Amino acid sequence: MYNFSHCSHTRDAYGHALVELGEEMPNLVVLDSDLSGSTKTAKFAKKFPDRFLDIGIAEQNLIDIAAGLSLSGKIPFVSTFAIFGCGRAWEQIRNTLALDNLTVNLVMTHAGLSLGGDGATHQSLEDIAIMRVIPNMQVIVPADSVETREVIRYAAKTKGPKYIRISRRRTMDIFQKGEYHFNPAQYPVIEDGSDVTIFSNGCMLRESLKATQELKKQGISAKVINLHSIKPLAKEIIISEAKKAGAIVTVEEHNVIGGIGSAVAEVLSQNNPVPMKIIGVNDRFGGSGHVEELYRELDLTPEHICRAVHEVMKMR
Amino acid sequence: MRSKNPQKDQDKLKDIARKVRRDIILMTAEAGGGHYMSSFSCVEILVSLFFGEFHGDVNNPENPDRDRFVISKGHAAPALYAIMAECGYFPVEELKTLRQCGSRLQGHPVKHRLPGLDTSSGSLGQGISTAVGIALSAKMDKRKFRVFVVLGDGECQEGIVWEAAMSAAHFKLDNLIAIIDKNNLQISGPTDKVMSLGDLKAKWEAFGWAVFDVNGHDMANLQATFEKIKSVKNKPIALIADTIKGCGVPFIENNLHYHTAPLNEEELKTALEYLT
Repeated sequence: MYNFSHCSHTRDAYGHALVELGEEMPNLVVLDSDLSGSTKTAKFAKKFPDRFLDIGIAEQNLIDIAAGLSLSGKIPFVSTFAIFGCGRAWEQIRNTLALDNLTVNLVMTHAGLSLGGDGATHQSLEDIAIMRVIPNMQVIVPADSVETREVIRYAAKTKGPKYIRISRRRTMDIFQKGEYHFNPAQYPVIEDGSDVTIFSNGCMLRESLKATQELKKQGISAKVINLHSIKPLAKEIIISEAKKAGAIVTVEEHNVIGGIGSAVAEVLSQNNPVPMKIIGVNDRFGGSGHVEELYRELDLTPEHICRAVHEVMKMR
Repeated sequence: MRSKNPQKDQDKLKDIARKVRRDIILMTAEAGGGHYMSSFSCVEILVSLFFGEFHGDVNNPENPDRDRFVISKGHAAPALYAIMAECGYFPVEELKTLRQCGSRLQGHPVKHRLPGLDTSSGSLGQGISTAVGIALSAKMDKRKFRVFVVLGDGECQEGIVWEAAMSAAHFKLDNLIAIIDKNNLQISGPTDKVMSLGDLKAKWEAFGWAVFDVNGHDMANLQATFEKIKSVKNKPIALIADTIKGCGVPFIENNLHYHTAPLNEEELKTALEYLT
């Protein structure tokens, strides 16, 4: 059972997982763009200096060098801040990595609003949209440290390009080490319920779970599902949840355009339309501030989720 | 392709270059489009490589020890396809499928469609950056293969070219050879007018490369330069190849009208006469 005060950095889990995999897989290489201290690839760099490449502040080159390494049979993990890795180098990702379905794992950190104080230029609220629109690309948002480790291990052993979105913030510990196995086709139910289903992932699971506690007091039973794999999307789960609950809310630390809300709506509108609300950043930029303050400013709090649940249930 | 008679060798290479130009003209005419002018400017560069210094493996295109070739100026795909067919990567007849729906010969090269390509290219600047990654893998694995990459001079306006150039020197990639096909023209005019490249040689030198000037249409000169670069250690190598866009057919040479415009029947006939 989860505890709101038990939190850890998924970045650390990523760094540890790389070191672990580095021992097992001699063809695994890691590339970074002068941010290895922040992305936590520095752990790997220290242990395996010959398999770590700092490309400097040059994200386009970072991506295509990784492509070249992949073409020679290496399994590259590439990290920098999400906005620069996905944004600056988007066309390299599309035209060199994805077009030929190259195995390169883009593990971009400091996504969403998590770089609070640094402000809008360093925050990333569009990355899921611009990654999931690329053919061949897999898009995964791990929830906690245990799931991050599992996702990184899955990525190392699965072909094709992948985008894995990591926050700078500590996230709530949800899964038990040793008991959890990641499967992109199965979305874990974090909280069971029957009146409405909330799909969320990453940092926003905590806000969603807080909302369910509030809803319980109001006599509403809300289910929370961890929609970790946005692509491939487990469509059958989404359709089946829509059939059961008849009302869906999605919650994401991302622009409401193009993220998990859009992905879920694309499936439901064509297969089993039900009332739906999308909680996310309403087509705005972030700004400087503590993340909690930014959540309030940008309508991402448990109160906003509760309101959306009430609205969607009325529409049913 | 070496014998005891260098003159005979050069004559053979010239015959191949002529045939490659014919194939380029015919396949782009059939396709109704394609960059034959840009292809013509790098024909001798490609012929002197594929029939000389470059050790690919036509029988095993995934051989990990093969040399790699990247056409970073991917719009010169017709030139590469013609050479690959000449080398036996696929039948020459397939050239006429260029740019057709479902063809392995896409308008710009796509690796997963055509065995023998070492990477896709076409989005300018990305080829050389990918080539840096391939060259790095050779160093990591202590393999002896080399990576040859052909860039356009207009392509050097892309920022990623210089990111790649900086990193290749940083990693001391003496197994990476970039050949800049300097034909001084880009789609909307002379490079000097569109966006001056300044002193390209000085730029590549300043980025830490060993730079050589070469006449990009003189295959004896190209091959002599390929010999010379073998003594370079711990630095990537750049050849600045002086070329003529459209070289080989006088009425096309340096005439930007032909950058992509297909030849009419009369022009095609005349062009082929120059190439027999």
